[in-house]
Amino acid sequence: MTQTVISLKDVWKVYHMGDVRVNALQGLNLDIHQGEFVSIVGPSGSGKSTSMNMIGCLDIPTKGHIFLYGKDIAHLHESDLAQIRGRSIGFVFQKFNLISTLTALENVTLPMMFQDISREDAEERARSLLTRVGLADRMHHRPNELSGGQQQRVSIARALANDPAIILADEPTGNLDSASGELVMDLLKKLHDDGKTLILVTHEAELADQAQRKCLLKDGKIVKIQKRRD
Amino acid sequence: MLGQSFLYAARGLAHRKLRSWLTMLGIFIGIAAVVALISLSEGLKVAIDEQFSKIGADKIFVLPKGTFGGFESDAARLTVSDKDRLARIPGVDEATTYVFKAGLISLEDENVPVYVTGIPEDAQERALSIEIGTWEIESGKWFDGGDGDKVVIGNDFARTEILDDRLKLGDSVKVNDGTFEVVGILTRIGDPSTDGGVFIDEDMMRDAFGLDDEETNFIGVRLQRGADIAVVQERMERELRKAHDVDEGKEDFEVQSPEELLATFTAIFNIIQAVLIGIAAISLLVGGIGIMNTMYTAVLERTQEIGVMKAVGARNRDILSLFLFESGLLGMAGGVVGIVLGMGLSKGVELVASQVFGSPLIRAFFPIYLIVGALAFAFFVGVLSGVLPAYQAARLQPVDALRYE
Repeated sequence: MTQTVISLKDVWKVYHMGDVRVNALQGLNLDIHQGEFVSIVGPSGSGKSTSMNMIGCLDIPTKGHIFLYGKDIAHLHESDLAQIRGRSIGFVFQKFNLISTLTALENVTLPMMFQDISREDAEERARSLLTRVGLADRMHHRPNELSGGQQQRVSIARALANDPAIILADEPTGNLDSASGELVMDLLKKLHDDGKTLILVTHEAELADQAQRKCLLKDGKIVKIQKRRD
Repeated sequence: MLGQSFLYAARGLAHRKLRSWLTMLGIFIGIAAVVALISLSEGLKVAIDEQFSKIGADKIFVLPKGTFGGFESDAARLTVSDKDRLARIPGVDEATTYVFKAGLISLEDENVPVYVTGIPEDAQERALSIEIGTWEIESGKWFDGGDGDKVVIGNDFARTEILDDRLKLGDSVKVNDGTFEVVGILTRIGDPSTDGGVFIDEDMMRDAFGLDDEETNFIGVRLQRGADIAVVQERMERELRKAHDVDEGKEDFEVQSPEELLATFTAIFNIIQAVLIGIAAISLLVGGIGIMNTMYTAVLERTQEIGVMKAVGARNRDILSLFLFESGLLGMAGGVVGIVLGMGLSKGVELVASQVFGSPLIRAFFPIYLIVGALAFAFFVGVLSGVLPAYQAARLQPVDALRYE
């Protein structure tokens, strides 16, 4: 049995919107193992984004526990969570979310700076990562000088900056044409092949089907887990 | 981290050029005002210090009560006998006196009011008077003691056309009813009674103005080496009270030392400086509020970026320092421009003062503490103004920040 990297135990998230209580997650249970490729699918409003925030340590649950490598992180301080995120999880967002005033190279360097890695080392690594995603000739371009596909590849390089074990991709192809989307998916799958744990949050069944395990989310709970038959 | 902060801050500012410049406007007006005002008043202080050090610390002056280096008041009177009494006091090396009155000077037909000072005939007294007056010859020479038809003129008469023509050595001018030959021209010192005054022999002056032999306006003494200035001053006051038959507290004279005068000047300057700095501080406060406003806008605009940075591992304090750095940079950039502007401004004032008004007292002085202090203060104002916006940025929850549109 491979090691469990993230484990969600009876996780609840309740939002208060005025007088209305919204139960975004209602007792979510999920274990994700080392090196696994898991997709989380569901219609809008099913709690996809909230569960992604929980898995990515971007938010803490109202109730329940989240274990990252066996350590309960559900009640840690935001700054401690930030450190854990920076080291363990790489994010790929639907809208790329690059810093518009920084070049591709500087964007990739950024996560390493928050881990107090020296500038020289960080830049060297950022260069090799950008080369790996095929953007060696685009390092000094700003996001607005790059196509959507290129921006998403920069953000994949950024996700890899601190060599995290987990890559969390939220609708990574949502803003891309199909050719760029395929390229991005290929890159992500290659990362999985290289041993990364890949978690893909999407509403596209076709993408979700590529995962080893597909978790169907509905009303804040996992209603179905499908394993891919190879 | 520091390099990255700088990069991020600088890029942010450069990205919003117009807004950054407008924000800095408040700071650089404030800093320019501080730098210009302080450099000019420091320059003035230095000039006055120099003036007083020329007079020397071993002098004590006596003036009729109610005068402050200007003209006589009606009731109070000093006499030549007073001078002789003071010269005999233990601790006093020598004493001198001189008279000055308002008179009229003319080259051809035009009469112009002028300060006239009578220079004593006695060589020792003359030397002391000239030393105390800080009268330096720029061209020509002093007349000999008792030489009644010569005059030394203040610099203004030679430099500008106060009379029909500029005066030069050898010219013949009329002072009141007497005719005098110009034999010397003084250096400018910035005091109108010297620069716009004329100097003639004392006896000649007493005749021309119809003064008796006793009346005088000023007594100056030089202390013996090592004498205690306060003790001698006290003795002089006692002696003059006896001579004038007045009680303590009702004196019709004032005994002053240059140090006292300097202290008075310094006190006045400090007040003026404090007021000026107060005004500049208000401008800096407004500038600071401008920075705060800009930083709040920046935090709002970059909420999503803050979310991204937090997602990729930025701690609260990383975000805090990023924004503090940016606002500090705004302040400091404003400070640099402000210092340059302020230096230019005070140099300009100095130039106008010396070229147009001929005043050597107005000069710009840039002590290093002023430059460094102004820069540090501008940075401090920037950082301080950024504290609240940066704190707001640091406290943002990553999920909320990422979701922000």
